[in-house]
Parts: sequence; structure tokens; C-alpha cells
Amino acid sequence: MEGNTAWVLVSAALVLFMTPGLALFYGGMDRSRNVLNMLLMNFWCLLIIPVLWVAFGYSLAQAPFENSLIGGFDNAFLKDMTITGEDGGFGLLVVAFLGMFAVITPALISGAVADRMKFSAWAIFAPVWMLLVFVPVFKWVYGGWLYERGSLDFAGGTAIHVNAGIAALACVYVLGKRKGWPKEGQPPHNMPMVMLGTGILWLGWFGFNAGSALAANGTAIQAFMNTFLAAAAAGLAWAVVERIRDGHFTNLGAASGIVAGLVAITPGAGFVAGMSPIWIGLIAGVICCYAVGLKSKIGYDDALDVVGVHFVGGLVGSLLIGFFSDPDFFGTDVMAGIFYGGGAKLLVEQAIANGATIVYSFAVTFALMLILKATIGVRVDEEVEVGGLDQALHAETAYNN
Amino acid sequence: MKLITAVVKPFRLDEVKDALKSAGVAGITVTEVQGFGRQAGHTEVYRGTEYQVDFVPKARIELVVDDDDVANLVSVITEAAKTGKIGDGKIWVTSVDSLLRIRTGEQGPDAV
Repeated sequence: MEGNTAWVLVSAALVLFMTPGLALFYGGMDRSRNVLNMLLMNFWCLLIIPVLWVAFGYSLAQAPFENSLIGGFDNAFLKDMTITGEDGGFGLLVVAFLGMFAVITPALISGAVADRMKFSAWAIFAPVWMLLVFVPVFKWVYGGWLYERGSLDFAGGTAIHVNAGIAALACVYVLGKRKGWPKEGQPPHNMPMVMLGTGILWLGWFGFNAGSALAANGTAIQAFMNTFLAAAAAGLAWAVVERIRDGHFTNLGAASGIVAGLVAITPGAGFVAGMSPIWIGLIAGVICCYAVGLKSKIGYDDALDVVGVHFVGGLVGSLLIGFFSDPDFFGTDVMAGIFYGGGAKLLVEQAIANGATIVYSFAVTFALMLILKATIGVRVDEEVEVGGLDQALHAETAYNN
Repeated sequence: MKLITAVVKPFRLDEVKDALKSAGVAGITVTEVQGFGRQAGHTEVYRGTEYQVDFVPKARIELVVDDDDVANLVSVITEAAKTGKIGDGKIWVTSVDSLLRIRTGEQGPDAV
């Protein structure tokens, strides 16, 4: 037990580190006049979500475990929570570990709304979204009706990435396009910052995926290996596609591919083995590389490609479990994928789980954004958008020289 | 007195500075600037989307010199900055009405 506790403690800290990593990943891609706004949108989640998580979030997402739609208030404000839990297990540690996921999930959305969302609107949106969208979907996937049907999501492909990715799409439809998009160029202002953020995300993702085994065991080792391989394969795939299609190996292509691979292996990290993570990474890397181009074709201004990387990557990874799930390897009784003799049953369940998440998340997020738009407003004035959000909203400047 | 202004490729700046020092120049002013000329800009591609970068970074060197030194120093700069490729930059010379060294109050050619 001590070994398990030690690993999950470390994993929880690694997952926390992902949110600053994400902030740098997004911040570097953003423009220099809005980088501080982007960083603070992410750090805001680190301030408000932990408080809400122990107040209501954890209890509604988990307890009582038997509920299939939403938890209750049994553990609200950590009521009846003991350090190790009744069974001598993790107790508070699970509250903390899952709380890190609750922090980063709304933070993922910030990349889509970059350059134009009012910070006051984001300050309300992020915590309310966590309670209204993240918590119920989390419950359905981990212990609720989707779980009971047999769908699989090891560390949050559906509950986190598909969920936040489709919510990002709903947000940008209400928010509208940035001034000048897509005619005016808005290239990344600091690529080294993007690469550093990517490195931090990859490091943290070992806690995200291997920590989700909730034990220092064989599943954790395989999830660790899968996280290692899928990210590399997807980064390789994206970089090679860009080299062939656009003529150069690029840093942003490598970074985007790594993150797409990490997203795609998240749902299957503890269900696939062998060469499967490489196949999943390669497939996700190629598909996501093309998926980020959809926004200009369809016309939704997803500024930093949250939809193309997180929604598409999460969906691809989740559906691929329907092919690659290998329960015999792990000695578990979950459904096997098509390539391991399970037939199409798991693939259908994966589609149902993601379909339900997409419909619910998009609808509630869209409604929440419309309410915010009608009340406090969601978009900054044009003058602020052009002059930069950092000075107007935060009275700070990122680079003084 | 004349003001020599040279806009050169940034990677030639050190060579130009060393050449001017060797030619006896006591001081220059350097600014990082950007602009476009025949070299025009370039294209960058991020996640498959092309961005046209219209302005190219250059180094602008300014120095005030005696009329007699102008021809020699312009050729010194030209030699040090030249790569033979498009985008090497330009040098222009303008007249200076007055000059004053703040510390000593010296004026005109004495202040060069």
C-alpha cells in the first residue's frame, strides 16, 4: 500500500504541473500582447477549481458511487472524508488526484477563446463549467451509466479531452471570430515557450496516465510505456506530414503531434499494449495534423486548435480502443477490441459514450455561454482586442524593454 | 559635417563596427529596425497555415563625420556589409547643421 500511495502522491503533483505547462504551451502560441491573459486564464483554474472541488465537485462526481447520473452531497466540504478512507485506501489522496484533473479540464478550453474573451466572463465560466459539465460527464464515465454499459476511458479521453474539446467549439460559436481572422496572420509569438510547455505536459502526462492506475503496478508500467511511445509516434507522424506537405520540419508540428499523441493514448493507456500505442500515436498524429485545418474551411475561430488536437485526438484515441483493447494482457475483464477477438461491441460502446458526451457538453456549454453573453457579456471591446488584453484587463505587460 | 546612415544585414553588423573602428571612427549609434525593400519578406507556416512576414529585420548604423571622411567611410561600410546577395541594404548621407558634445560643450567639427 505504501508504494501505491507514494506513486499516486507523485502522480498528483505531476498532473498539477500540467496546467502551468499548458499555460506555456498556449501562451507561446498566443500573441505577445495577450500572453499574460492566456497564462492567467489557466492559472485562474488553479485558484478557483481546488476550492470548488472540495466544496462540491468531488462529492457530485463520485459519491455515492451507486448513482448513475450524478453524485450527491455526501462528501461535500470533505464531510466524512478520512485520510486513508474507510477501507484503509487512498481517501483524501483520490480527492486531491482527481482534483488536478478538474483543474486542467476547463483550462484546456482557454486556448480556443484566446485573444477576445472577457476575463470576468472566463472567471465565471471556468468554475461553473467544471460543476455543470465536467462533473456529470466524469460521473457517467467513471461509475455512472456509461461505465455500466462497458465503455472504457482509462485516464480521461472522453471525460476530459472530448468533453473540453467539444465545449471549446461551443464557446467559439457564441464568442465569434477574432477581428481580422482568418485573413490576418496571427503566428505564435514565442516558440521556445511552446516547446517548454510541451515538455512539461509530457512529463506531467506520466502522472496523468500511469497515475490513473491508482497503484504502483503492472498497469501503471504499461500506461507509462504507452504514454512514452504514443507521444513520440504522433509527434513523428505530424512532423513528417508537415515536411511532405509544407516543406519543413517545424517545432510547432513536433509539439502539436506530441500533445495529440498524449491526448489519443489517454483513454487507452491502461487497456492497450505492445505496438498498439505506436499505431494509435501515428494515426492520431496524421488525423490531428489535418484536423486543425478544418477551422478555416468550416469557419470557426478555434484560436489555438483545442478542437483539432483535444477533441479530435481524444475521439480518435477513444474509438481506437474499440480495435486495440487487450484485456487478456492486463488480466482484466473489460471488453476486448476488434483486433483481440472482441468484435465490434466495444467500438459501439465507445461511440455511444463519446456521442453522449458530445451532445451534453456542447448543449450545456452553448447555453452557459449564451447566458453569460446576455448578462455580463463574453467579448472584450474592439479597442481592447486590438490594443491587447494584457494591459487593458490585467494592467500588466509581458515584455518590457 | 555629414550624417552617414547605413541599413545593413544584422549579421554583418560586427564586421561593419570593426571596420569603422579600424578606420578611426570614435563612435556609432546602432538601432534594430525592420522594413522591406527588394528582398521583401518571407513566408512562415504554422500548423499548415501560411503567414506572410512582410518586414525583414535590419541593423541601422548612424554616425556623424567630417565632410572629408565621408567618401572613405562609406566605402569602408560598403566593403564590410557587402555579401553580394539581395537585401544587403543602403547607405545615405545627409548634411548636419550643428553638433554639440554635451559633456564639454564643444560645437561643430570639434564635437565629431
